[in-house]
Amino acid sequence: MHPLAERIQAEFPEGFVKAVEWRGDLAVTVARTALHDVALFLHNDPAMDFDYIVHVSSVDWPDDEERFEVVWEFYSIRKRHRIRLKTRTPEADCVVDSLTDIWQGADFMEREVYDMMGIRFRNHPDLRRILMPDDYEEGYPLRKDFPLRGKGWRDTFEFLDEGKG
Amino acid sequence: MGLIQIGRREKDGELDVITTTIEKAVNWARKGSLWPMTFGLACCAIEMIAAVSSRYDMDRYGAGVFRASPRQSDLMIVAGTVCRRMAPVIRKIYDQMPEPKYVIAMGSCATSGNIYDSYPVVQGVDRFVPVDIYVPGCPPTPEALFDGVLKLQERIMQKRVFTKQPEQVKDAVKV
Repeated sequence: MHPLAERIQAEFPEGFVKAVEWRGDLAVTVARTALHDVALFLHNDPAMDFDYIVHVSSVDWPDDEERFEVVWEFYSIRKRHRIRLKTRTPEADCVVDSLTDIWQGADFMEREVYDMMGIRFRNHPDLRRILMPDDYEEGYPLRKDFPLRGKGWRDTFEFLDEGKG
Repeated sequence: MGLIQIGRREKDGELDVITTTIEKAVNWARKGSLWPMTFGLACCAIEMIAAVSSRYDMDRYGAGVFRASPRQSDLMIVAGTVCRRMAPVIRKIYDQMPEPKYVIAMGSCATSGNIYDSYPVVQGVDRFVPVDIYVPGCPPTPEALFDGVLKLQERIMQKRVFTKQPEQVKDAVKV
């Protein structure tokens, strides 16, 4: 196993789920409950030193029991290594911890995940939609059960009727 | 264009004679000074910019003075993918343009949505603003845009300014 993954497993035997290394990319899956602690460890531990958040994204696995997967990518500018952190969340309780208190840069990216996939982030300072309008009501477009053409929003132009009546 | 005859009498020093209608003269003036508005939404804007710059020089057709304000322009070239969230903005800008005003839908996206048959993309800008000329292409070359501008100029020449357009012509021209 990758030495970084071994460190994480040793520090968090409860929260650690699995580690996959594929073509030089290390991806560590942790339990949702341990997520914030693991992230804090990745950020603060001198041997880890992940000071830069690259990306936050999410995956929809419609057939799985824990349907959604949230993926964070971190990079250490000083140590020049990177890691991918994953966690799963079920549809019924679609909440994970926000990492904005550790990396400020997570703010907009977590908002994008919320906007597109409907995953809420606990303790996020300003969890609003970011790409779609605030009053968008059709749901979360990147979910697998969302129709590609949407639900009619793109073809309704309510502003054309303003001032007529 | 058959309405102005200048230079006929240059040799004998007599004054030139111009016979035309006011309508044609007005249309001629209008088509020769189109003021487009910069409205680049996506990659088509790059071709639009190329069309204005020195190599292609859209100013040759009198349509080179791009304005950043709708109130100073009379031609809106919608260049690029129209997202639904952008639609009210485009409509507002269109409403702010003074008459007479024209719209060119540049590229497949502004014309029909192109391949982007998905939830945020409006399937053609003509869903909410009237379009005079459609320029196909992905993106259209500057030459194609020029063709659109020239077609628009032809269309402007067909317009009635002071008299009413006969209904059957209105249907055919749809200006």
